[in-house]
Amino acid sequence: MAPTVTTSTPANGVVDLRASSTREVNELLSSPGAPATLTITHPDGAHALACGLDADLDVTIDGHVGYYCAGMNQKATVTIAGNAGVGVAENMMSGRVHVKGDASQSAGATAHGGLLVVDGNAAARCGISMKGVDIVVGGDIGHMSAFMGQAGRLVVCGNAGEALGDSIYEARLYVRGTVASLGADCVKKEMRDEHLAELKELLDAAGLTHDPSEFTRYGSARQLYNFHVDNASAY
Amino acid sequence: MCGIVGLHLRDATLHPQLGALLSGMLDAMCDRGPDSAGMAVYGDPTWSPEGESTVSLLDSPIPATELAQQLGIVLSAPVTGHDLDPTVVVHAPVGTEVLTAAVRSVVPTARIIGFGDHLTVLKGMGNPTELADRFGLRSASGWQGVAHTRMATESAVTAEGSHPFAVGPDQCLVHNGSFSNHMSIKHELERSGVSFDSENDTEVGARYVAKQLAEGVDLEKALLMLNETFDGFYTLLVSTSDSFAVVRDAIACKPAIIAETDRWVAMASEYRALAKLPGIDTARIFEPEPEEVYVWHRQ
Repeated sequence: MAPTVTTSTPANGVVDLRASSTREVNELLSSPGAPATLTITHPDGAHALACGLDADLDVTIDGHVGYYCAGMNQKATVTIAGNAGVGVAENMMSGRVHVKGDASQSAGATAHGGLLVVDGNAAARCGISMKGVDIVVGGDIGHMSAFMGQAGRLVVCGNAGEALGDSIYEARLYVRGTVASLGADCVKKEMRDEHLAELKELLDAAGLTHDPSEFTRYGSARQLYNFHVDNASAY
Repeated sequence: MCGIVGLHLRDATLHPQLGALLSGMLDAMCDRGPDSAGMAVYGDPTWSPEGESTVSLLDSPIPATELAQQLGIVLSAPVTGHDLDPTVVVHAPVGTEVLTAAVRSVVPTARIIGFGDHLTVLKGMGNPTELADRFGLRSASGWQGVAHTRMATESAVTAEGSHPFAVGPDQCLVHNGSFSNHMSIKHELERSGVSFDSENDTEVGARYVAKQLAEGVDLEKALLMLNETFDGFYTLLVSTSDSFAVVRDAIACKPAIIAETDRWVAMASEYRALAKLPGIDTARIFEPEPEEVYVWHRQ
């Protein structure tokens, strides 16, 4: 049976996911007549909610979501009043995604732009292969975070797990707490004025009041991804 | 990809709802493993009555009623058989070892998939929800249950290959992932006298844990030893008659989520499986950390 597609805006601006399917809600949000604001209730851990949005919409999801919520987001603001499953805001291009609870693994993976805020903790591989996104995590992050991070900023107000920034390119990492271990080619770096200033901006954008001077900056030692002439004999 | 669900009830007033709650969790995980399923219940008064031991088996060459009759003659005791196609469950007021030995002598070609004082294991091929309905899981009661929906990668799609693997008394192990060094561990276990029923990687994990428990190691320690010994990807849910435990490998790419209230502890591959549990809105919800062993004990 083909899914029933409802593209009309609900009168009260609320869609109950126990009464509508994920596809119906996503089609509504992607349609030319998408409502400027929408609240989705009873997500019950559904996957791929509010994915592929490409307009200046304000979507609130009232509850816990499953995998890939707000993936590929452009322009939209998506607020998750709960926890997010694997890959929240993966491949985001722009806009803002705010998780009020915890995020599972691979939060903000490969994302090119926009701001991802996680009030709680983010699990392993947060910001893996990040390509320009800004990520601010209020709590801790898990192991292998910012693996191969190419661009963008990752701010962690708590602690970071094992192998932070392994094989990192030019993403900049700011950690307030401890780092269990640094990955290959990731090193501690000096906090200069421009770093304190950009960190202040990111914390302000996330609504956090920590003092930027409490953070340590980490980034690439640039030994791994640059060709080094001493290694010529290996080729 | 596979789906795991497990529920450990702390509040005895929920015991009559165990099967209904566990089935609801299983339904939500069908799309993670649609090819076969297995489920285990601790303390159902029909399948595993108090004061009796229970053996669950596959590939019985004779129907449950006939098996029960023949076992009754061998044991000189009343034996009850349940035909839960393709699983057969028999129970009798004799010791577990006595009943297990009698089953082995009467139907030597059958495969024992679970045994103990409290445990019933049900396995089958096909859609997990349909299997649960056929088995009557929804009306089961008890204090603890686990279930698994399988998308086979390491061995064939058969009822035998579905989890849980229950190779020690009242023990179950459910696995999402795949071990990579299980063959060498299997050879070591075989050299020390452990025999295997299948080529399945998960059975090696279950036999390893069962061996440690049989040697007097507690469940937490056994799982820490498993962490050190096994390579590969795993989220494991391991249960005994009085314990419920979760452990993940160091990489932790196989999902797991735990929710806990005063009335129950639940574990699943995804939150979807927990969303309908009573009191979930105020539950403590968290993902288990890699290489950390989480154990809950029956009060």
